[in-house]
Amino acid sequence: MTQESVTQERVTQDAMDVQPFPLPRPSGCPFDPANEHRALHEQGPISRVEIWNKSTPWFVTGHEEHKALLSDPALSSDVHRAGFPHFSEATSHRQTDDVTFLHMDDPEHARQRRMLMPRFTKARMEMMRPGIQQMVDEHIDAMLAGPKPVDFVDAFALSIPSLVIAELLGVPHSDLEKFQDLTRVLVTRTTGVDDARNAQNNLLDYLEELINRKLEAPTDDLLSQLAVDRVRTGELTVRELATTGFLVLVAGHETTSNMMALATYAFLRDQEQLDKLLGMDDPKQIAGAVEECLRMIPIFQMGRRRVLKDDVEINGLTLKSGEGMILSSELANRDPKVFENPDVFDIERDARRHVAFGYGVHQCLGQPLARVELQVVLGTLFKRIPTLRLAVDESKLEFKNDGLSYGLVRLPLTW
Amino acid sequence: MKVSICEAKCIGAGVCVDAAEEVFSQRDEDGIAIVLDAEPRAELHAAVREAAVNCPAGVIEIQE
Ligand code: HEM
Ligand code: SF4
Repeated sequence: MTQESVTQERVTQDAMDVQPFPLPRPSGCPFDPANEHRALHEQGPISRVEIWNKSTPWFVTGHEEHKALLSDPALSSDVHRAGFPHFSEATSHRQTDDVTFLHMDDPEHARQRRMLMPRFTKARMEMMRPGIQQMVDEHIDAMLAGPKPVDFVDAFALSIPSLVIAELLGVPHSDLEKFQDLTRVLVTRTTGVDDARNAQNNLLDYLEELINRKLEAPTDDLLSQLAVDRVRTGELTVRELATTGFLVLVAGHETTSNMMALATYAFLRDQEQLDKLLGMDDPKQIAGAVEECLRMIPIFQMGRRRVLKDDVEINGLTLKSGEGMILSSELANRDPKVFENPDVFDIERDARRHVAFGYGVHQCLGQPLARVELQVVLGTLFKRIPTLRLAVDESKLEFKNDGLSYGLVRLPLTW
Repeated sequence: MKVSICEAKCIGAGVCVDAAEEVFSQRDEDGIAIVLDAEPRAELHAAVREAAVNCPAGVIEIQE
């Protein structure tokens, strides 16, 4: 590094304001980022924040920088590397054993992700659409037949994504209740650290047992295919495949579920957009509305987490090997350089440049499935229950402000 | 316009298929993207450029 760049860096860094992360959202719109973090972005697309352990990782808020950095192989997702900006004390003690490829770097990440890729193509996910439509219709039937008000999170949003993943993995119908019970503990907020670990082990044990059954009598599903193609050949152990199944569940359950509830709420608080949605009958328009929900509603509110394994030069800054980094998709998704009037929820805009699914080699593998689920829900729910409305005052709603994934604890609805 | 993909680096997120399904598809066997139409007609150019911008692995090459 030259003397000149050292001085420049020091000047920029001294002038840099550091804010805590995370911080509460402003009152007003429950989807808006904290004002202090917006203020950081106004000073520059790369700043620093202070996290729970007093470390000060880089904080990336610009859209262009988000994409450039997540495409850079100098960024590592390896949670065992020194300097990784863990979400919390609890997640910093993660065990080495059951680490999934979400937390690995290439080439091992690529090797494991590639095994799943054929099961996650857009065409394959589209094949699940009729089944998902039926599931959504049945859940709405049950809601309409039952007592009012209903907690939409419990009656609908938690249930559908877990049933969809059960179908994808190949959980037989006779096990669905068990599977749903096991997964529900994992996403319940009151579950303590020990209970969560137990739940995780129970689920892994269940998946192992299921994989052994699939090895005996394979069917056409993800676990059967991988059991036959990869476990029999010795490329994966049964435990590794169970861990992969677990990753798919963890990555695709609560995220999609929170999105279903928050998106439903987003329309209930915005009559103009709801009217627009109700007037849409072209699936392309509904798909566009889903993209705008993904842009506006911050599900992965704790940002992408990375640690640098090499120095990176960007925007006149030197980001040093060993430093941590938080890349905020929610601020990138509000970058006025890319999205006009970024704070306006407008389901007719072209929002497809959002980075809600991440960017670079770890970009969400399940995105075609998340899209199908959300398109079916938003295309069906309000058409079937046009009088759907909140059953409590907005001020009574409780948000998962400290969750890895942002969402609503409950969403009481009536019609 | 000429379109190509670096298959070795494709991560199979299907963003390109979403953007321009006449031009891109994914192979059933491995989920890797393929170019169906390497010289797409003019109406598709905007969608193909959008696919290239949004491809998370940056592997879509366009020559104009
Ligand atoms: C609205 C719903 C969803 C959102 C917002 C979302 C978001 C994300 C994000 C931001 C990442 C990247 C993490 C990183 O770079 O560190 C990711 C990765 C992943 N997602 Fe999703 N996701 C959703 C639904 C799903 C679904 C339904 C599935 C599967 C059934 C899924 C499976 C995965 C997997 C396997 C990864 C890891 C990919 C890798 O590391 O290569 N996701 N997701
Ligand atoms: S968008 Fe890029 S990475 Fe994704 S499938 Fe298409 S070519 Fe591959």
